[in-house]
Amino acid sequence: MSEVLVLIDHVDGAVKKPTFELLTIAKRLGEPSAVFIGAADKAAGAAEAVAKYGAEKVYTVDDAEIAGFLVAPKAEVLQQLAGQASPAAILISSNIEGKEIAARLAVKLESGLITDAVDVQAGPVTTQSVFAGSYTVQAKVTQGTPIITVKPNAAAPEESAGAGAVEAFAATVSESAKKARITKSEPRVSSGRPELTEAAIIVSGGRGTGGNFEPVDALADSLGAAVGASRAAVDSGWVPHAFQIGQTGKVVSPQLYIAAGISGAIQHRAGMQTSKTIVAVNKDEEAPIFELVDFGVVGDLHSVLPAAAAEITQRKA
Amino acid sequence: MKIVVCVKYVPDATADQQFESDNTVNRVAVAGELSGLDEYAVEQALQLKENAEDPESVTVTALTVGPEDAATAVTKALQMGADDGAQVVDDAIAGSDALATSKVLAAAINKIGDVDIVVCGMASTDGGMGVLPAMLAERLDLPQMTYGSLVQNKGTEFRVKRDGDTATEVIGASGSVVIAVTDQSGEPRIGGFKQIVAAKKKPREVWSLADIGVDAGEVGLSAAWTAVESVEARPPRTAGEIVTDEGGSGAKALADFLASKKFI
Ligand SMILES: Cc1cc2nc3c(=O)[nH]c(=O)nc-3n(C[C@H](O)[C@H](O)[C@H](O)COP(=O)(O)OP(=O)(O)OC[C@H]3O[C@@H](n4cnc5c(N)ncnc54)[C@H](O)[C@@H]3O)c2cc1C
Ligand SMILES: Nc1ncnc2c1ncn2[C@@H]1O[C@H](COP(=O)(O)O)[C@@H](O)[C@H]1O
Repeated sequence: MSEVLVLIDHVDGAVKKPTFELLTIAKRLGEPSAVFIGAADKAAGAAEAVAKYGAEKVYTVDDAEIAGFLVAPKAEVLQQLAGQASPAAILISSNIEGKEIAARLAVKLESGLITDAVDVQAGPVTTQSVFAGSYTVQAKVTQGTPIITVKPNAAAPEESAGAGAVEAFAATVSESAKKARITKSEPRVSSGRPELTEAAIIVSGGRGTGGNFEPVDALADSLGAAVGASRAAVDSGWVPHAFQIGQTGKVVSPQLYIAAGISGAIQHRAGMQTSKTIVAVNKDEEAPIFELVDFGVVGDLHSVLPAAAAEITQRKA
Repeated sequence: MKIVVCVKYVPDATADQQFESDNTVNRVAVAGELSGLDEYAVEQALQLKENAEDPESVTVTALTVGPEDAATAVTKALQMGADDGAQVVDDAIAGSDALATSKVLAAAINKIGDVDIVVCGMASTDGGMGVLPAMLAERLDLPQMTYGSLVQNKGTEFRVKRDGDTATEVIGASGSVVIAVTDQSGEPRIGGFKQIVAAKKKPREVWSLADIGVDAGEVGLSAAWTAVESVEARPPRTAGEIVTDEGGSGAKALADFLASKKFI
């Protein structure tokens, strides 16, 4: 069976959940080989983690010489690995960096690229959700090695022990790939809540919060949810840009999305319309967000949200 | 100094988008416009010019690849203040994927020649993948400075603040660069009456694929490296239940709904 390369998405060696989803998908297409590009002393831990989800092989690439450069070196590493392994497909997480690595790799390998897949089946045949979720498209790569970026939650990660055989890979990265330097990096402080793109439940606040996110936070915490926001709330400086849901923010697809004090502009919808269940709390019964919802409350979020949070906490107790 | 800003012509963001029978996006039926996110790219290109030591010596060229009507995108950029325009139009381009589009854009940039800065938007508003700037950097062998929320330069030393996935980074590069900016980079200006009149007289080039040295067989639907197998309209969401909160009834009803869906 051919290898399927899965680029491990990690922060300092801590493997992120979408990587386990990619490994689960990789098993449908061939034999999963995970690729770890990171600090040498973190490789063993990462290899152990991915072996639990079926990685038969783990290529480890010490990033000491390339960590300080943006995107391009990782694409080169994958190009060289692909040359050696002749994989049936290459799977990468569909986030900003992942898509850019995939883009450069597709040019290098002269291979077709599919981004933002929400499902991948044998073939590989991908499923994408386009035009703010109004169409579902199935597609295939017809040239070269299929390069596919996959969105979080595209598969339920399945544990199944793989051999996890570690193989150090010595890539030679060109000077050309070292042109854009990362001169400073400030990791985003964790909110202690789930990550937006991975969360099962999201509670978002908009201009209607008037800048007070306490009710949004309270409802989110009662449900173990992540907190999101509209651009209006971000532009007002109430929450960081990392919270923004929509066309120019994060595109999410949780099991449950609760929009509070958000009108439902098309650019916001573009980021949340494919959520399974949608709920809105808005004091204007004419707000367009109500066209989308499975359940809506016409009311003031400042009273509805805290009361709902209390009710939920009590029912859960 | 030469700056090229890549601008895309997209269907009006508020219009319903449709597929053709050959599973390509219908780019003609809906009225089009300059992609809203590319206005941010034009703004940054203009600021790079204005902040240059000798702004008079800097040209900002608005470049688009698309159908005849895509001239609208160039016009808008000229009205904002770009100096001249270039458009690649060729029947063979229809249905091109991002890889082919990036090939055409790269060839057009090489045709313009001696380009110092390429500025792009973060993504096309018509469902763009946000991958084109990285592809351009790869093809042109230039440093990639993408997802920029702040662009600064001292001559040919560039710094771009990048709002990445897990960190906020500062990217540095020198010489010629490809920059892509987000909608956090600064509100785009609106061309005034004078600018709109002036735009009519600004020079514009229109090129075919042959003019820029790209083989028609390498682009378009038949040369795409991906193929759409099927397209399905998502069933419209069925109208949900809406309740009006009265004295706390809304919170209870909400909790009941969430419980019925097993969220609590
Ligand atoms: C190029 C471009 C990109 C964009 N990208 C994004 C994006 O990624 N994400 C995004 O969200 N937007 C985006 N926007 C902006 C978008 O068009 C809207 O302006 C924005 O989503 C509005 O945010 P809002 O719903 O919070 O504010 P508003 O539209 O002002 O709505 C506020 C809502 O709160 C309700 N409300 C007020 N007070 C209360 C209360 N006490 N209790 C309950 N309800 C209350 C009001 O009835 C109203 O419906 C983009 C725009 C452009 C042009
Ligand atoms: N056909 C095109 N003509 C000119 N520029 C384009 C075109 N397509 C994409 N771009 C540029 O590439 C950026 C990202 O596009 P995309 O990868 O399609 O989301 C856009 O914001 C534009 O700056």
